[in-house]
Amino acid sequence: MHTIVCIKQIIDPEIPADQFKLDASTKRQVRGGLSLVISAYDQNALEVALQLREKVGGKVTALCLGESGAMGAIKTALGMAVDEGVLVSDPPLLESDPFGVVHILAKAIQKIGVPDLVLTGCVSGDTGDKVMGPLIAEELGLPCVTFVSKVEVKDGKALVRRIVEDGYELVEAAFPLVVSIISDDSNVPRYSKLKDIMVAAKKQVPTWKTADLGLDGERVGAGAARLQMRDVSIPERDSKCEILDGETPEERAERLALRLRELKVI
Amino acid sequence: MTDVLIVAGGQGNPPSQNTLELLGAARRLADATQGRVKAAVLESAPTPLTAGLFGYGADQVFRAEHPLLNGYQGDVYVAALSQIAAQAAPQVILLADDSCGKEVAPRLAHRLNAGLVTEVLAVEGDGPAVLFRRQMYGGRTIATLAAQRFPVVATVKPRTMTPASELAGRTGEEIAVALTLEASLVRTKVVQKVAEEVRGVKLENARVVVSGGRGLKGPEPFKQLEELAQILRGAVGASRAATDAGWVPASWQVGQTGKTVSPDLYIAVGISGATQHLAGMTGSKTIVAINTDPDAPIFKVAHLGIVGDYKAILPKLLEKCRDLTQG
Ligand SMILES: Cc1cc2nc3c(=O)[nH]c(=O)nc-3n(C[C@H](O)[C@H](O)[C@H](O)COP(=O)(O)OP(=O)(O)OC[C@H]3O[C@@H](n4cnc5c(N)ncnc54)[C@H](O)[C@@H]3O)c2cc1C
Repeated sequence: MHTIVCIKQIIDPEIPADQFKLDASTKRQVRGGLSLVISAYDQNALEVALQLREKVGGKVTALCLGESGAMGAIKTALGMAVDEGVLVSDPPLLESDPFGVVHILAKAIQKIGVPDLVLTGCVSGDTGDKVMGPLIAEELGLPCVTFVSKVEVKDGKALVRRIVEDGYELVEAAFPLVVSIISDDSNVPRYSKLKDIMVAAKKQVPTWKTADLGLDGERVGAGAARLQMRDVSIPERDSKCEILDGETPEERAERLALRLRELKVI
Repeated sequence: MTDVLIVAGGQGNPPSQNTLELLGAARRLADATQGRVKAAVLESAPTPLTAGLFGYGADQVFRAEHPLLNGYQGDVYVAALSQIAAQAAPQVILLADDSCGKEVAPRLAHRLNAGLVTEVLAVEGDGPAVLFRRQMYGGRTIATLAAQRFPVVATVKPRTMTPASELAGRTGEEIAVALTLEASLVRTKVVQKVAEEVRGVKLENARVVVSGGRGLKGPEPFKQLEELAQILRGAVGASRAATDAGWVPASWQVGQTGKTVSPDLYIAVGISGATQHLAGMTGSKTIVAINTDPDAPIFKVAHLGIVGDYKAILPKLLEKCRDLTQG
């Protein structure tokens, strides 16, 4: 079983509100001194891949499109004991829209060799797009299942747990397959072991550029974007919270109930 | 002229809430440019849905009937909708941003070589362009995206658009679409559906939502939240921290990755108020926070708050709410 996990390096999405700054000209978040992480659900995807390897054997490759500094994300993944890493890094490519990005990722996946399983996070922690899994599937002509928390292999097929509005579904599909991963208690990302971090530090990771991938230039870069960003703004939050006081917690609780009654919401 | 195709869900008349919201958004967008509202209906046997769509504002219904359209299957839906889109030739295609729409929209956009925008909160025409508003950065920002190239496929976040209202006696043109669908298209199969038990109301429809987070420190206290929800005839939600810990089912999650709710009353217990959580609940009319930390960001969006330990607060709150609602 070979699994390729697509990971993205982003600015820590869980920083407090006052540390979040926008650059008015690029309409993007300002990095400043903020730390970089592997996008949250991509970490869950790595965990799913590693658990699968523990059960059925095979190997896991982490694939990342990003700045040269995104090598750090690959090294983090290798530190979780992923077997191989590939970085695709070429500045003009980073301006691509999601259709450009999946063109690049699909070319890289084909160059590595189409695996049994391609995993992505179900949502990217920065833009909030939930489209990578299904788009990669289309680009590669593979089936896909989205918002999956668990992947098992049964009778040579994938049996996955897909989270839906009112519970979950067990979905069966043949390999090769693309799956987008959502978190639950079964795929909490593991901590790295010191020995794996040391192995990761020494591991050779190829960096591919446009010329290595045979990309269609019409599909990548800023010029290929199908939608234009007109404006980004930080919405105002009104902060008129009425804090209910009282001598004891019981008094405060009682006051809350009475206020809710006054407001006619209960 | 902006023709809008909505992908209708459900089977009934009146159509489902999500479908009514799509119709509302589509009607406003089309009316601004003398465009038409078209609806795609995928079903394996006739239902009252088509009549319902006309009654609530569709000008044309592209109705595809096929045995393979017996419930959602991604490969079949994408193939069917590609064929309907080719026939209906809309500028804008709207789907509900639900578990099916989220999976289908990107694939459909890819096949149609179309633009794509998801989780749309507002849509409007702007000369030759169509503008879509959506959140980015986990709800920290609102972005306006412009489509100038058509078609564009968009998913609309449930409970953000004003639903269409009924116009008695309204009719429209029904177009039967002959689909070419092979059973060999089907590459994924649902072998089992497990619905979480819902006691009372569904989270997404509830007028009152009581949510718990990491501050509850375990699954046990959720029983108290359930009790409170029951008294207030509401539903229980949770933060990602609580669902990831396995304290409650993943489908209870509220926020960017979970559900969007906009009840009359949202009570957040032991939830810090990370932007990704707020993304799913700031549409609530009255927000109450119970948290030990006076600086927790949840107090920035809350209308009423208690700084304190939920353990000391909940029992009395339960008791008082019970008295008030039963008295
Ligand atoms: C891409 C992405 C998507 C995400 N999607 C979602 C999502 O859909 N939904 C979501 O919720 N999160 C989401 N998150 C996670 C989010 O960023 C936060 O990590 C999460 O919401 C934190 O949950 P919490 O508030 O329960 O926990 P914490 O942030 O740990 O807060 C716990 C709170 O409990 C309080 N507390 C502790 N003890 C008590 C007590 N005894 N009584 C009262 N209060 C107490 C603390 O003061 C604290 O404020 C997402 C993150 C990313 C990166």
